[in-house]
Amino acid sequence: MSFVSYLINGVSLGSVYAIIALGYTMVYGIAKMLNFAHGDVIMIGAYVVLTAITSAGMPPAAAVLAAAVFCTVLGVTIERIAYRPLRNAASPLAVLITAIGVSYLLQNVALLIFGANTKSFTSVVPIPAVTLAGGQLTVSGETIMTIGACIVIMIGLTLFIKKTKAGQAMLAVSEDKGAAQLMGINVNGTIALTFAIGSALAAVAGVLLCSAYPTLTPYTGSMPGIKAFVAAVFGGIGSIPGAMIGGILLGIIEVFGKAYISSQMADAIVFSVLIVVLIVRPAGILGKNIQEKV
Amino acid sequence: MKKMSKTTKNNFVTYLMVILIYAAAQTMAVSGSMSSLMQGLLVPLCAYVILAVSLNLTVGILGELSLGHAGFMCVGAFSSAFFSKCMVETIPAAGVRFILAILIGAASAGICGILIGIPVLRLKGDYLAIVTLAFGEIIKNIVNILFVGKDSNGFHFSTKDSLSLGLEDGGKVIINGPQGITGTPKDSTFTIGIILILISLFIILNLINSRSGRAIMAIRDNRIAAESIGINITKYKLMAFSVSAALAGVAGVIYAHNLATLTAQPKNFGYNMSIMILVFVVLGGIGNIRGSIIAAIVLTLLPELLRGLNDYRMLIYAVVLIVMMLFNWSPKAIEWREKHSLKSKFKKKAEEV
Repeated sequence: MSFVSYLINGVSLGSVYAIIALGYTMVYGIAKMLNFAHGDVIMIGAYVVLTAITSAGMPPAAAVLAAAVFCTVLGVTIERIAYRPLRNAASPLAVLITAIGVSYLLQNVALLIFGANTKSFTSVVPIPAVTLAGGQLTVSGETIMTIGACIVIMIGLTLFIKKTKAGQAMLAVSEDKGAAQLMGINVNGTIALTFAIGSALAAVAGVLLCSAYPTLTPYTGSMPGIKAFVAAVFGGIGSIPGAMIGGILLGIIEVFGKAYISSQMADAIVFSVLIVVLIVRPAGILGKNIQEKV
Repeated sequence: MKKMSKTTKNNFVTYLMVILIYAAAQTMAVSGSMSSLMQGLLVPLCAYVILAVSLNLTVGILGELSLGHAGFMCVGAFSSAFFSKCMVETIPAAGVRFILAILIGAASAGICGILIGIPVLRLKGDYLAIVTLAFGEIIKNIVNILFVGKDSNGFHFSTKDSLSLGLEDGGKVIINGPQGITGTPKDSTFTIGIILILISLFIILNLINSRSGRAIMAIRDNRIAAESIGINITKYKLMAFSVSAALAGVAGVIYAHNLATLTAQPKNFGYNMSIMILVFVVLGGIGNIRGSIIAAIVLTLLPELLRGLNDYRMLIYAVVLIVMMLFNWSPKAIEWREKHSLKSKFKKKAEEV
């Protein structure tokens, strides 16, 4: 039975990674940049929910909505101020280094406002735990909520991209920015929309992450953020189902690694996966191999 | 006398600058106008300067962003501290022992650089950055679970705890997992640090201005064009990467031999440290070796001089990083600077006349 419960834990953690990875993969697919600050937007989202519930006394659902709105505004602002001016920079490193700077900025602003102390996060999930197999197996409400949210978000995003005009514009921009502009697509607006969606997802992921693992510090977001990037690469960057598969597989690998190999080496195992994937199949599980044209 | 070339002159200015800084710091220390806090910073400062200069080789000259530089520093620090602690009794002469420790630290970090570089350098850009970050974290993780002890039977290794080493009576634990290495001899001094900075500068500046350095920069500027004229990309990339790693190892040696207890924490060997070094490189100017030295010195000493700002230190670093990148790399900012720079104004005047 312990195997099954590890598996469920793995899928639950993996679903959080998958939601974060969706944000990464969309931004990477469309803006062609690695948004290092994505993980820290998660942390900000969690702090907003915490503050909204404890200080402002808002109901959990309203607090989550507030966090999503706040993170959306934050994401779009970051894109406008820090990333857009560098979009046509001579060196591809420029925007990457700036993203690292933004990540650091968010961490340190949170550190100044909320302090370095660990805050305990009360779960906002209203679903009770379910007991299966005659009491041997307990599935927490957070797990059900996380997995459910992940599936709903993935289906919603896929429909959005396939069925709406804005979604089609995103696809066009990710294929070829110049050609998309010639077709009358507002490239800057589309990229800003991508950041908005990615950041709203980050807020949701932050709430789910902190509900399942109820501690919150200014550094909470950075490690899951990096791991979610690993998941996005694993599944094939730019692919929405890929992010989901990669995230869940990575969650399972991490929980099993913790349980069966060594709890201290769990992070090392996750990163080894990234290295192996990049060496063996750089495009990821569902990624397309793009030939370099000379 | 033969006229010196421009690069030779430029290099000498860099060396001279380091020597002048050394002279100034020594005079201040001797005359007692330097606080003990600042004196304690001198040796780590040397390590930071070497780290910044060596990272600039990867970021500025090779043109790839490495976020695992602290990992190589960690390898150098632990291998050399391990060596020094084992050899404290065998080699009593501190000078000889420290030189050997430096060589071992540099060699192990360099070998690590080659081993990591072979798979990593097939990637580029964002992927390379994240994989080097991953390697840095893996190295830190491994060091934290490593237990090594020594008794009359030789060395014992374990990844669980110090008890499972199965040491005999009289055997001692050298690397104690998360507790790290205690009792490394304090061999690092400011003078040795400065000498090592000069040696690192000599290696890097000569590499940049050699045939290999030109090849590395050609790869940075256009990989495909460089390959088409017969430059062996893997070889030169690996060369730059491993030299950079070895020098980071040297910085680790200095750092380790200045501490009573050496532990691998996120603060000193983690991702944060790698970012801090990157800030030095970016502030000093990507590809500008002299700039890295100045940036490392200013950014290490400034927060200590302005003690009240200590809480805001990392915040200031972050803002500096973003503003510098926007100012230096944004096409619009470059255009604006060209329009308003003094040089162009003088040029216009000359044209008018």
